Amino acid sequence: MLFQDLIFWALAAVAVVGALGVVLLRDVFRSALLLVLVFLTVAGLFFFLAAEFLGIVQVLIYAGAISILIIFAIMLTQNVQEGNLPNGLQFAAVLLPALLLVALAFVAFDTDWRLIADLPAVGGTAVEDAAFRDNTFTLSKLLLENYALAFGAAGTLLLASIIGALSLVRER
Amino acid sequence: MDLEKFLVLSAIIFAIGLYGALARRNVITVLMSLELMFTAVILAAVTMSRYVASREALAQTGVATESVLQTLLTGQVFALFIIVVAAAEIALGLGIVIAFYRSRETVDISQANLMNR
Repeated sequence: MLFQDLIFWALAAVAVVGALGVVLLRDVFRSALLLVLVFLTVAGLFFFLAAEFLGIVQVLIYAGAISILIIFAIMLTQNVQEGNLPNGLQFAAVLLPALLLVALAFVAFDTDWRLIADLPAVGGTAVEDAAFRDNTFTLSKLLLENYALAFGAAGTLLLASIIGALSLVRER
Repeated sequence: MDLEKFLVLSAIIFAIGLYGALARRNVITVLMSLELMFTAVILAAVTMSRYVASREALAQTGVATESVLQTLLTGQVFALFIIVVAAAEIALGLGIVIAFYRSRETVDISQANLMNR
């Protein structure tokens, strides 16, 4: 348990420092690389949360595909020397997220959460063991039975966005 | 305590992303900040799915059925859909960035003022 705590705090520290680097570094290319680091640490946190399928999806889609897209866009726009400048909104842009952070932390600590760990046991095992044992299988069943329509709609959305992006960047 | 620390971590990442989206002039940094915010929301959804009991599971008094156990994973299904929408958003956003760069020769978001002159 102590070892797990240690890994959690290490991952959390890397995620927060990496996220700060993404928004504060002047070199956009380095920000993109730090973004990959943040995605990888969040994937590690997913494994902690018994969501191994999402952890793998996070590595494949975010750390793989989306970061490659961003790095390609940085190279195509060739603006690395000008870099990542702040605009004139600094005061409001610090104040608003700080207020939001305080409000969210208050909600997280003040709410009376009904935890899974407090539920009665199922057939001898705890509910969390029964629910999260076969994560990928249960998730695919839920996705293709209860959420089949949304699954199809998501595919259509991806197709439409690919066609839209192609028509935007096409040479005229 | 486990639940709260994950939620606060996700709130911190969301706040940093919001700052980046509000305070930076480079369009690509703004898009990367949006991705940070998406990631924070996904982290919160997966945390909820792991720790917080659904209404169906709470109503269950005897032996929980398989379908009730499945509802505990709804947060992960939503996280998957958010990932799909984020992928579509980043593809379109970068397409717009490249089209903008072709017409203005800059990625400064304050130069995107065609409707504000």
